[in-house]
Amino acid sequence: MIRFSLKKKLYGAQGDFLLELEFEIEENEFIVVLGPSGSGKTTLLRMLAGLEKPEEGYIEVKGEVWYDSKRGINLPLQKRDVGFVFQDYALFPNMSLFENIAFGMKKKDPQRVMELLKLAGLKQLKDKKPSVLSGGQKQRVALLRALAREPKLLLLDEPLSALDPETAIILREEIKKFQRSFNIPTIMVSHSRQDALSLAGRVLLLSEGKIKSVGKPKDVLYSS
Amino acid sequence: MAYPLELSFWTTIILLFLGIPLAYFLAYSRSRYTSLVEALVSLPSVLPPTVLGFYLLLALNKEGFIGSLWYRLFGKQLVFHFEGILIASVIYSLPMMVHPLTAGFRSVPKNLIEASYTLGKSKKVSVLTGVVLSFAHTLGEFGVVLMVGGNIEGETRVVSIAIYSAVEALDYTTAHVYSLVLLLFSVFSLTALYVLNRRWSLL
Repeated sequence: MIRFSLKKKLYGAQGDFLLELEFEIEENEFIVVLGPSGSGKTTLLRMLAGLEKPEEGYIEVKGEVWYDSKRGINLPLQKRDVGFVFQDYALFPNMSLFENIAFGMKKKDPQRVMELLKLAGLKQLKDKKPSVLSGGQKQRVALLRALAREPKLLLLDEPLSALDPETAIILREEIKKFQRSFNIPTIMVSHSRQDALSLAGRVLLLSEGKIKSVGKPKDVLYSS
Repeated sequence: MAYPLELSFWTTIILLFLGIPLAYFLAYSRSRYTSLVEALVSLPSVLPPTVLGFYLLLALNKEGFIGSLWYRLFGKQLVFHFEGILIASVIYSLPMMVHPLTAGFRSVPKNLIEASYTLGKSKKVSVLTGVVLSFAHTLGEFGVVLMVGGNIEGETRVVSIAIYSAVEALDYTTAHVYSLVLLLFSVFSLTALYVLNRRWSLL
């Protein structure tokens, strides 16, 4: 179970506002966070990963406290066990696919890397550099790199928004497949209702840093 | 001059140690002094060499701020000695080292460093991962400037002074020979270094 309560002042285009989020995520749940640009979606992910610091609150992941402003706990981001997938892939251009995936592994396991590459249909390309890949393939590698760490929490920051619609459909299915087989609680920030409908267990709809509604995708999407 | 190679060697070594932290600071610090430091580092490249030389002479001579300190510590003058020329050479070449390095640091995409963090790597490893991408390139660029830019005291400068003297004496033949040699040498080394750079280029 993952619990967090976070407060942070954000500077939006239409003035400043207070991000104030309190939420709980069940084991292996897939949460899709929707909301207009500048509503604090990405900031939420970055705070969970430790890339940004909230002003107040706590983060607890599977019984482990990552952040607690009252007790002065702030686990450094390297020690937070997350897999983070960036919108623009952020693959290391000087490393091969194999090296990219192995880079973040806690215990280097070449066999496991090969298994993952095979699973994603990228085995033939293992020695290639990311620059020769298509957008969809790059994002697949980024996803594998995050999963290879076997993180306690998977954070996806608009992983499909840079891809063309056909590729996005295929990759969406793969994300679903991976998340199910790895059983990792996942939070995905998105702009697309389609992501919410086909991936989410629950949808979190944000507006100006607050939770506007939360629930099953259909309930949230068709009531608002 | 007796020590052109020695001078360029030590200048490069000192600039590497000085330039890397300085460039790192300029690229990543948000301190309000960053612009001032950047301006100071750039000064040698915009000031006429005579102005720079004049102030260096003032600072490094026996009565000068640095020179007097040096005299008290080591009992000898800086001006007209190797150490003095070395200091001048380092200061004069500083922007050529720091600028490409700063650009290199800045060109490392921030998200690569962040990705490295989220993969459990320490700050040092993360920044290094990024810097490796641009470092070879940057170093090559710097080499070009230092090798060909006419900044090596006693080496390229001697040639330029020789050309100057030849023209003064209306000895155009000598001036032509020296100039042509320098020109060809420059074209050759620039081409060689750009070819190497392209080969090193990782992206």
